Amino acid sequence: MINIFEVVETNEMITRENLDVRTITMGISLLDCIDSDLEILKKKIYTKIYDAARDLVKTGEEIAGEFGIPIVNKRISVTPIGLIGGAACKTIEDFASIAETLDEVAKAVGVNFIGGYSALISKGMTSADELLIRSIPLALSKTERVCSSVNLGSTRTGINMDGVKLMGEIVRQTAEYTKEQDSLGCAKLVVFCNAPDDNPFMAGAFHGVTEADKVINVGVSGPGVVKNAVSKVRGENFEVLCETIKKTAFKVTRVGQLVAQEASRRLGVPFGIVDLSLAPTPAIGDSVADILCEMGLEYAGAPGTTAALALLNDQVKKGGVMASSYVGGLSGAFIPVSEDQGMIDAVEAGALSLEKLEAMTCVCSVGLDMIAIPGETKASTISGIIADEMAIGMVNQKTTAVRIIPVIGKGVGETVEFGGLLGYAPIMPVNAFSCEEFVSRGGRIPAPIHSFKN
Amino acid sequence: MEKTVITVVGKDTVGIIARVCTYLAENSINILDIAQTIVQGYFNMMMIVDTGKMTKGFGEMAEELHALGGEIGVDIKCQREEIFDKMHRI
Repeated sequence: MINIFEVVETNEMITRENLDVRTITMGISLLDCIDSDLEILKKKIYTKIYDAARDLVKTGEEIAGEFGIPIVNKRISVTPIGLIGGAACKTIEDFASIAETLDEVAKAVGVNFIGGYSALISKGMTSADELLIRSIPLALSKTERVCSSVNLGSTRTGINMDGVKLMGEIVRQTAEYTKEQDSLGCAKLVVFCNAPDDNPFMAGAFHGVTEADKVINVGVSGPGVVKNAVSKVRGENFEVLCETIKKTAFKVTRVGQLVAQEASRRLGVPFGIVDLSLAPTPAIGDSVADILCEMGLEYAGAPGTTAALALLNDQVKKGGVMASSYVGGLSGAFIPVSEDQGMIDAVEAGALSLEKLEAMTCVCSVGLDMIAIPGETKASTISGIIADEMAIGMVNQKTTAVRIIPVIGKGVGETVEFGGLLGYAPIMPVNAFSCEEFVSRGGRIPAPIHSFKN
Repeated sequence: MEKTVITVVGKDTVGIIARVCTYLAENSINILDIAQTIVQGYFNMMMIVDTGKMTKGFGEMAEELHALGGEIGVDIKCQREEIFDKMHRI
């Protein structure tokens, strides 16, 4: 039987080290809603999501109450709208009106975000995909809870450079459309290489076409728990350090597995995956950067940071994989800037640059995340940053992403406040040399040689 | 059998166990195990109980015990046993 020390350890993780389940995300397929009449389509979308998810928030709260573990977010992901709206939408306003329907139903069922205002264009884009992408600035400025993502490349297909160029412009336009709120729209827009179909985390969650009609995916967190465990092995060698992280990740993930199974059972929706993630929040003690510092770095960004992050990411996966029956999503350590107090401190101390963050994305779970850059940054420069990140993902056969916020009207030295889980960020300098001619070439970059495995 | 772990954390005082046990008996909740320790100067008690015969819902019991804790000046929490079992047992 469980003993008191085990009970105390678990409850200390929850009350003092911010252990929580970051999100229960219900994936819902909208493929059966497709209709050529826009009004009928929107009605079908609303009804399908409402019927599927009306008990999601209540069930999440019940599970949190009974197990004593906070479940921070309840969310929904849907089939990429680029696929769903193609037959009905003739203008960007048509597409944006679907975003408004998603926003309405998200509010009606009480989830804080709904993801899937997305297009998958890793090789090429249909006219519907392009229309959806061009509608993103309007859609994000008219809605509150809708998140948008675009997959621009993959190891199997290469990188769609037309898409990369377009997305540089769309990111800038989204910033302009939401400049009254410090360009907040860009915090809800992410581009991917190798986007997973079952990611429960925002802004990039969508319900892939390979998925079932409905599915429950869960994202765990717990940087504070890992940091505390690492603090107990100061000065020990790497074997001890790695074993400690692995064991801690196992415990954290088991909670996610339990919550996922309970949610699946109570909602009558199949369990998809657990995303083994260290997802920081701006709360003190809930930081991935602090784990790196606890390993022996003065600040995140100091020499050694990439190695420290690589071992952290790997041990989280090794510990987590055994704790869950199905693992998926992004799985690993997230390194957002504005959502992690330790990262913010590192930027403010001058220890962490955009280039170092790029290096770190080679070994973390995703990519350049929640980074505020000067509002005057050119669209082509943003496309260049996206292209670099896509190349890292394509060649290393991993998911990479860019969620970058050109804050209109602000420059280096100023800060931007997004509020809540999105946090605040100092604006980081960007390499101002031009890549205009490079990103304007058009076409796509072929898949790398090691993708041909047939 | 439905196992629930009840934890009581706070400043030690006379009658904590008595008050909690009275509540459990009145609600047909059977105590399976009980242990206590001092962690960082605080009184920590853990009870593993069987709530299978309880007529109230889990939420109601948790709220009433939390309120009882408020009267005594301690924090009382109820959690289903599975969260500890999953985390500490393979």
